[in-house]
Amino acid sequence: MALIDLANPTRFLTLTERVLPWLAAATALAFAVGLYLVWAVAPDDYQQGATVKIMFIHVPNAWLAMGVWSVMSIASIGTLVWRHPLADVAAKSAAPLGAAFTFLALLTGSLWGRPMWGTYWVWDARLTSVLVLFLMYLGVIALWRTVDDPARAGRAAAILTLVGAINLPIIKFSVDWWNTLHQPASVLRVGGPAIHSSILTPLLVMALAFGLLFVTLHLAAMRNEILRRRVRAMWLMQAHAAQGA
Amino acid sequence: MTALSALLVRDMRLAIRVGGGALMGVLFFLIVVTLVPFAVGPDLVQLRRIGPAILWIGALLASLLTLDRLLAADHEDGSLDLILMGGTPLELSLLAKAIAHWITTGLPLVIATPLLGLLLNLEPLAIGAVALTLLAGTPALTCMGLIGAALSVALRRGGLLLPVLLLPLTVPVLIFGVAASNAAVAGPMSFGAPFMILCALALGSLVLGPLAAAAALRNGLE
Repeated sequence: MALIDLANPTRFLTLTERVLPWLAAATALAFAVGLYLVWAVAPDDYQQGATVKIMFIHVPNAWLAMGVWSVMSIASIGTLVWRHPLADVAAKSAAPLGAAFTFLALLTGSLWGRPMWGTYWVWDARLTSVLVLFLMYLGVIALWRTVDDPARAGRAAAILTLVGAINLPIIKFSVDWWNTLHQPASVLRVGGPAIHSSILTPLLVMALAFGLLFVTLHLAAMRNEILRRRVRAMWLMQAHAAQGA
Repeated sequence: MTALSALLVRDMRLAIRVGGGALMGVLFFLIVVTLVPFAVGPDLVQLRRIGPAILWIGALLASLLTLDRLLAADHEDGSLDLILMGGTPLELSLLAKAIAHWITTGLPLVIATPLLGLLLNLEPLAIGAVALTLLAGTPALTCMGLIGAALSVALRRGGLLLPVLLLPLTVPVLIFGVAASNAAVAGPMSFGAPFMILCALALGSLVLGPLAAAAALRNGLE
């Protein structure tokens, strides 16, 4: 099945109706396995104690915070280039999810930082660039909220999302340049991960669980958005009919 | 070329004769800089230390404040539709408008900087550094702002939406502008490296700004 077959919202609705329960079950299963591994298998850190468990929530959320913006960027290209009818639905329903994941990454990071660094917040490079990312998510959501016509808002938000996608690496680079204190990247790097497998495996399972959670919530939010637009179209039709009578 | 230069001259003439734009921006800049000592105290040593940052924040806010006139006035009287339908590529017309806007609002901010620097007890070297970084940085702010102005015209929404969308994007310009100014005075790194990156950001936004703004206008006003 090609991507274009999904362009029909009705077909999309029937397909996702069948897929969603399985996805939800897979998400629950992944979380069950992941949490078991986190609590039963992963050892406590010899310095950080049990607080190291926060990492298994913090890191997947931080990955998703960046990943969701990529999803939105791809959807924005779909909106601007192919006028794919579901692309702006996908972009719109991804934005609040991305903001939520980013907020969770900031919140867990802050709670982790309190016992480790002795303060809830430091103006360190990574924290700051994630904070800017959070602000940009809120900006996109604000743009969606202020315009009532979905098609018009969709194209404007798509342009803003793509400008953001070009700017995010620049912001990341400049903030890194500005200040660095956070631990450098230790999973994805040349020469293999620097983390022992007893911690890496639970981390990857948790990342998978959060990824599945995002896909599930995203599809559900897209369904809601399609239905919301249908309700809106019905209201507009009713209003027109009442005016004509 | 004649169409573009005509547009440039027209925009500058409008900005100078109708007033409001250029001097209002400088006045706002002056007021922001005047307010800061009331908040942080009149300690001259401290003001000298944070002076470049204050000047940069003031210029950033002042150039944001004038942005809503960049396209809105032309949209109201219909000349924006003429520009859209004209034979000149929209990207170039918007670039010409942005240049005119920078000459009438960005450049006065740069010229006012030395005077405001004296108020903040900056040394001559620091004043020169801040003015030079603003000279390189304000075009970047104007071109970024062009995107926001186009979005807000296309969506017929003004107010706080524009700064909320734009300010996160100006973070790199602010970082390298202030860093270069501070490096010129205090060190330890050289003035050149951050200043070069600032120029690169300005050149990049000179390309990205008109392209994205033209796309936003075409989509919004069709």
